[in-house]
Amino acid sequence: MSENEIPFTAYAFQQYLNEDQLKASRCKGCQKTYLPVRAICPDCGQSDMEWIDLSGKGKLAAYTSVYIGPTFMNEQGYGRDKPYLTGIVELEEGPKISARLLGLDPENPSNIKIGTALELSIIKIGEGDDLSAQLAFKTE
Amino acid sequence: MPDNHKKLARGVSLVGAGMSKFGSFPEKSSRDLFVEAFQDMSKSVDKNFDHHGIEYVCIGNFSSDLFEGQSHTAPIMADAVGLVPRAAVRVEDACASSGVAMRQGILAIASGLYDIVLVGGIEMMTKLPTSQVTDTLAAAGDVLYEIPVGFTFPGFYAAMASAYFDRYGAAPEDLMQVALKNHTNGALNEKAQFGVTIPDWMEKRKKSAERKGKPVPDWKDEWDFLHDDRANPMISWPLRLFDCSPITDGATAALLVADDIAKKFTDHPLKIIGSGQASDYPLHDRADLTSIGAAKLAAQEAYQMAGVTAKDIQLAEVHDCFTIAEVIASEDLGFFEPGTGYNQAEKGTTTRDGEIPINTSGGLKAKGHPVGASGIGQAVEIFKQLRGRAGARQIKGDPSLGLAHNVGATGQTCVVHIFQREE
Repeated sequence: MSENEIPFTAYAFQQYLNEDQLKASRCKGCQKTYLPVRAICPDCGQSDMEWIDLSGKGKLAAYTSVYIGPTFMNEQGYGRDKPYLTGIVELEEGPKISARLLGLDPENPSNIKIGTALELSIIKIGEGDDLSAQLAFKTE
Repeated sequence: MPDNHKKLARGVSLVGAGMSKFGSFPEKSSRDLFVEAFQDMSKSVDKNFDHHGIEYVCIGNFSSDLFEGQSHTAPIMADAVGLVPRAAVRVEDACASSGVAMRQGILAIASGLYDIVLVGGIEMMTKLPTSQVTDTLAAAGDVLYEIPVGFTFPGFYAAMASAYFDRYGAAPEDLMQVALKNHTNGALNEKAQFGVTIPDWMEKRKKSAERKGKPVPDWKDEWDFLHDDRANPMISWPLRLFDCSPITDGATAALLVADDIAKKFTDHPLKIIGSGQASDYPLHDRADLTSIGAAKLAAQEAYQMAGVTAKDIQLAEVHDCFTIAEVIASEDLGFFEPGTGYNQAEKGTTTRDGEIPINTSGGLKAKGHPVGASGIGQAVEIFKQLRGRAGARQIKGDPSLGLAHNVGATGQTCVVHIFQREE
C-alpha cells in the first residue's frame, strides 16, 4: 500500500508516532497542513490529502502543570506530589497540537515562557504489541 | 458562516423557571432532583399552570450513562413528572447540554409544531469518586488527540489562562477576585452548593479545626487563605481549587410557550428575543487561545436577532466553570475589550451593584455545576432577577434585559440567550 492509501485517521497518525514519525495531512488542492489529521479539507472541501513529515520543531503556545490528573496518568505515578506539564505546541509548519512537555520544571510553572522553542521528543509507554507513543516536546 | 440575521418564525417566551437545590445528594437520583426542579418551576408560573398542557420535553444531560449507569434519560424524566406519552428528547452538548436543550425547545415552538414545551437539565455527578468524575468529564475533550497527552478540564482552562496571562499581563490574583465575587453572590442563594463567602468559609474551617482539636489555621486574610497550598491546593497551574466549579448534583426546568399564549400564564413573560449557537474546534486547533470563537459567534447571532448590543444588557449569567472562563466570557460577549476583562471583578464593574452584574446567582463557581443542568440554571437566575424575585441578591434598577452564556467543554459549543421582560 502506498503511503497515500493509508487513511487519514488518528489511528494511522498514532501508528506513525509509535514508529517515531510525526506526520500530518496536507490538502493537495490548497496545500494547507492539518494536524490533527483530516480526511476532508475545511477550506476547499476536497478529499484529496497526502501524508507529510513534520520537522518536529515548534514553540510553546499554552501550558499547564497538572496536579490532579486522569487515572491513566495517576497510574504512571503522577499526582499531587508529582505534577506533569502538558500544553499546546505551535509547529513550524503552522498547526498547533496538544502534547506533553519535557525538560521544563512542572514544580515551577510560572517560570515557563510562552514562545519557548521546542522539539519533538516522543514518550514510549509499554513494549511490543502494547507499545504506545505519547506525543511530547522538549526544550531544545 | 450562514447569514446571522435570522429571526424565529414565531416568538417564544419563558413563563416559568426553577431548580432543585444544588449539592451532593447520595440518597437521591437525577429523576428525584428533576421532580424538585419541575415543582419549583411550576410554582414560578403565575397562573394557569397545567402539566397536561405540556406537549414536548427537551432534557439536557451530559453523561447519566457514566455518572449513574442510566442512558435514555429523557423519557424517564418525562415519566417522573407525569408527562408520558409526550415526545421527550435528550440533548448532549457537554456542559452546554441544557442551554442547547432550551434552544431546541425554542426552535420546536418557533417551528409551529408545539405551543408549550418543558425544557430542563439534569446531572448526578457525586455517585462516582473524584478520579472517575475527572475521567468522565475528560470524555468531553478530544479523546484521540487531547486526553491521551494528559489534558483534563481544569488543564484546558489553565492552558487558556497561561496564554491569557502571557498576552495581557494578568495574574492568578485577578482570577481569585472572580471567585471572591461569585462566592459573595452565592452566599445569598439558598439553592447554591457552596453558598458561603470565602471569609465565612475560612471561619468555618477554623471552627472545625478547633472542634476537632487540630491546629487552627492562622490566615491573616482571604489572600493568605487563597495562597495556602493546603487550603486552596493547585489543581492545574495556575488554577487552584477555588478557581474551579465543584462537582455537583442538580436539576433545572423551564417552561417555554409561544408568545401569543404567554399572557395566559403571567402578565410579565420574558420574551426570548435572541438565541445564538455556534461550534468550534478543539482548543489546540484555534487561532486564538485567549478567547472562545463559538461564544463570539453565538453572541453575535443572539444580539442581531434581539436587535440589542452588549451595552444594553443589564445583567448576565456566564459560564464560569473556571474563574478564567468568566473573564474570557465577559470579553467574548462584548462587555469588555479583549484583555480588559480580568480586573473587572476587582474594579466592581461586575459585582451586583456594578455596571454589568455578572453571575449574581454565584455562578457555576459557588452555585455548583451539575454540568448538563447548568445552562437552564442560568436562565433560572435571569428569570428571578428580571421578575424581581431574586430576594437578597436582587440587583437594583428593575432590570428588564438579561443574557445567559452557556459553554460546552472548552468552547466547542456555545449557546447564548437574551431575555426581555414584557410589561
